[in-house]
Parts: sequence; C-alpha cells; structure tokens
Amino acid sequence: MHEKMNAKMEAREINFYYGAVRALKNINMSITGNTVTAIIGPSGCGKSTFIRLLNRMHELVAGSRVEGHVYLDGKDILDPTIDAVDVRRSVGMVFQKPNPFPKTIFENISYGLTVNNVRDKDYIEAKVVESLKKAALWDEVKDRLKDNALRLSGGQQQRLCIARCLAVGPEVLLFDEPCASLDPISTGKIEELMLELKKNYTIVIVTHNMQQAARVSDTTGFFLMGELIEFGKTQDIFTAPKNKQTEAYITGRFG
Amino acid sequence: MLRKFKEFVIEKLILLCGIASVIFVALIFVFLLKEGLSVFKFVRIGEFLAGRSWYPISEPAQLGILPLILGSLWVTFGAAVISVPIGLGCAVYIAEIAPGRTKEVLKGGIELLAAIPSVVLGFIGMVTLVPLVKNVFHLSTGLTGLSGSIILAFMAMPTIVSIAEDALYAVPKSYKEGAFALGATHWQTIWRVLLPAASSGIVAAVMLGIGRVIGETMAVMMITGNSAVIPRGLLEPLRTLTATIAAEMGEAVVGSEHYFALFAIGIILFIISFAINVTADLFLHKHK
Repeated sequence: MHEKMNAKMEAREINFYYGAVRALKNINMSITGNTVTAIIGPSGCGKSTFIRLLNRMHELVAGSRVEGHVYLDGKDILDPTIDAVDVRRSVGMVFQKPNPFPKTIFENISYGLTVNNVRDKDYIEAKVVESLKKAALWDEVKDRLKDNALRLSGGQQQRLCIARCLAVGPEVLLFDEPCASLDPISTGKIEELMLELKKNYTIVIVTHNMQQAARVSDTTGFFLMGELIEFGKTQDIFTAPKNKQTEAYITGRFG
Repeated sequence: MLRKFKEFVIEKLILLCGIASVIFVALIFVFLLKEGLSVFKFVRIGEFLAGRSWYPISEPAQLGILPLILGSLWVTFGAAVISVPIGLGCAVYIAEIAPGRTKEVLKGGIELLAAIPSVVLGFIGMVTLVPLVKNVFHLSTGLTGLSGSIILAFMAMPTIVSIAEDALYAVPKSYKEGAFALGATHWQTIWRVLLPAASSGIVAAVMLGIGRVIGETMAVMMITGNSAVIPRGLLEPLRTLTATIAAEMGEAVVGSEHYFALFAIGIILFIISFAINVTADLFLHKHK
C-alpha cells in the first residue's frame, strides 16, 4: 500500500525504455479522482508513452521496458503478478483515431461485456443503452443499433468508442488525442462529454491542442524530451507558468 | 516514319504478351470442349455423370464417372478436414503469437513445404504413410483415400497458411488495440476481433487450398489405390478424376469413346477449379 491514498492514480519514478532509448525520465505524477488531467507537450516528448503505461498498453510494443510504479487506488498495477487484462478493465482507453470494430453498433458495445463473460441478455441490452446514453450517442443511433458501426461519422465513431469503454465499467478513462481526427463540432461534443463524465470517472487526456487542455482540464502536465517539466493546476500553468520552457510552449514559440 | 513504325510494332508485341494468358485459356477451353463434348455422341450426359461403372475398355464401354467424382470429393473433403484447422492454427500462430525469429523460421518452413514436388510427397507417402495406415486400421491395403487425404493436406497447407496469415496481418492494428484496451485477453482478441475481420481472406485461403487439392494428380495416383468403385468411406481404395486422366490417357486410342471421355473429365475438372477460384477471388476482393 502506498501512503498517498487521496490520489486515484499515482506514477512513481517512472523510467521507460524502447530498446536502448530512454523515452521517459523519472516521472512522478499524482492524479486526483474525478478530475481531468491534461498532458501536453511537443510530438515525441513521451506523452503517449506515458498514458499507455497507465493501463499497460505499452506491453504491446516489443522491446519496451519500464522501471518504477503506477498505483491505482494504492495498488501497483505494473506489478508483474497483476494481470494486465484486469488493469485494462479498470482503466479504459480511447485512441487518437476512432477504432470501432467492423461489427454492428450494438455488438461494438456488447463486446466488452461478452469478453468479461457476461451472458445475461437483458443485462447486456440495458448496459448497451446506458453506455450509449452516457456517451451522448443514444439519440443519434437508437433506431439503428443493427447498423455497421463503420457507417457512423468520425465524431459518432469516437463517441461509440467511449461508450464501448464505459460498458466495461472502468474507473479511469485515458484519452490519447481523442479529437485529433475530428472536426470542431465533433470536438466540442467530446469535450462536453468529458466534463460530464468527470463526475463519475477520473480522466487523463493527451492533447496537442492548448485551448482544449485549458477548456477541459483541472490539472495539466507539460512533457518535454521525456521529462515532466511542470505539473500543476491548469489555471496556473496557462496564466503563470513557473518554467520558461512551459511558457515558451504554451505561448506557441516552439512545438 | 521509321521511328513511328518501330513504336507501333513494339506496342503491339507487348499487347500480344499481355493478352497471351487469356488467349491460352480460351484455346485450351475450346480444345477441351471440342474433344470432350464428342463423348456425348456415345453416352448421354446423365449416364456419364451419374453412371456407377467406369469400364472404358470393355465392350460395350461403360462410361460412368460417378465413382471418380465421389473419389475426388472424398479425398478433398478428408484433406480439408485435416488441413483447414491445422493451417488456420498455424496462420494465427505466425501472425499473432510467434516471436520474431520463430516466425521467420516457420514461414521459411512453410515455403519449403510448398516447394516439395508432389511426386516426392507421393513417394514418401507410399513408403511411410501407406504401411502406417494399413497397420493402424488393420486394413488389407494402406492404399486408401485417407492416405491420399493426409498427403494432400500437406500440399494444401502452404496455400492456406500464407494467404490466411496475410489476411490476419492486414487487419488494422487499431482493432487489436481497441480490443486489448477493453480488457480482452489475447485469445478473445484473436477469436472475436481478428478472425472475423479477416474472414473474407480466410475463406479465400481455404478455397484456394481446396482448389490445389482437387487439381492434384501425381501424389493421389501413387497412394490412393486407384480402384474405380464408389467409395463408402476414406478407409477404402478410391480413384480421383485427375488420376484417371493421368493413368489412362497414354493407353486410350485417339478418337475412341474412351479418349473423348477422358477429355470430358477434363472439362468437369476445369469447371470445378474455375468455380473455386472465382469464389475465392470474390471473397479476396470483397473489400476492394
């Protein structure tokens, strides 16, 4: 058990290597429950690497190695005795490009339940409806649950991916540049949704969009060259950054 | 002027090369039809296809190819039952599970298997497999449909494995990530996401594998016993369409009803493999 129990997730002395390349250097970060934490920084700074660590998706990359600890409710999820499958059921992830399965809208959401061995049809159906409502997609798709999910628009697909994630019943949601391939209106809907979801979930979002970070997040972390340069209240970071590099980045002087 | 003429000639030559394959197929088909259809001057088409006796040199000749069709179907069925599960398992292992080095070794092995001439496989089957089948099932002879099916399964495997592996490899990585992120295990991801997403390519792989089996001649001729009776199962000797043509063409008198009947069998084979290839093609290009 770890001493800081008020943090929902906590990264401690994280070092991450792709082969011989050190992609993350000594990262410490504490993520409070029911908040949105934004992670910003130029391309290649390690922010996607970091967020993938939080639900052990980094294990899909051959030749990667991690040192340090990530605590979820005080439990170290990087501990090799803990099953990555269980971690991912508690910490869901939405990707940069919407990636619905080439199945129907209904099946996309019920998939997460069936892999958890849920067989009760009524329960699955109720859960699909509930998840779609939570993801603010229900009104748009309620008459076409049997349609192929690939026929939805990009923004709808992304909300479907969020609904799919919610159905599994996670506590933390990770968003890896969720709006990078979406138009401004779809982006607006996703941001609204995040603010709504914050009431029941803890959210971490990687974004390239400064305004987005400022709009949706409570806390912001600025990454540069694999280091966490500054971490604090979003308001402070965007109005009075302590670090020169942070200031240079958010005012658009590099990145 | 001369330059223009040169261009013209070269262009037409290349055009000729380009359409050569189509011309050859058309010529072969016309020739097959011309020779094969003549058999129906001697025997009605129903009798030919459904006749239960194949005695082409008795007097009068009996030209029923039902035993041969069933022989081909039995052997193909047996080979499919063996090669499809193993081949797909192998493809999944190579595409999803095998680490880098093992993957290369396995792919090389599969390619080598495809490079073994069928007569060599037939020969190996004859000295190793046939006695084994005989002893295991206590038969009077090991020259059976089962022996043929097993050797043909080896021949279908490379096609099935390499095409199915390509299909699995072509599934977008984002599907896999999505499934993993939902807490699916590796097997659940393979079974519920990757295989369905690759299904059209996998069906094509199976069809092309079966196409290879139906057309195969030498190995089956060596180890299936070649008796032209209606087979009741895989533990009996049987004879395939292909083996019949190969074994009898040399001794058939040109222009006799036997000769025409062998060409008609060729038409049947042509139609079967054409149908299989077209179906495979439809599945392979479903998404394009």
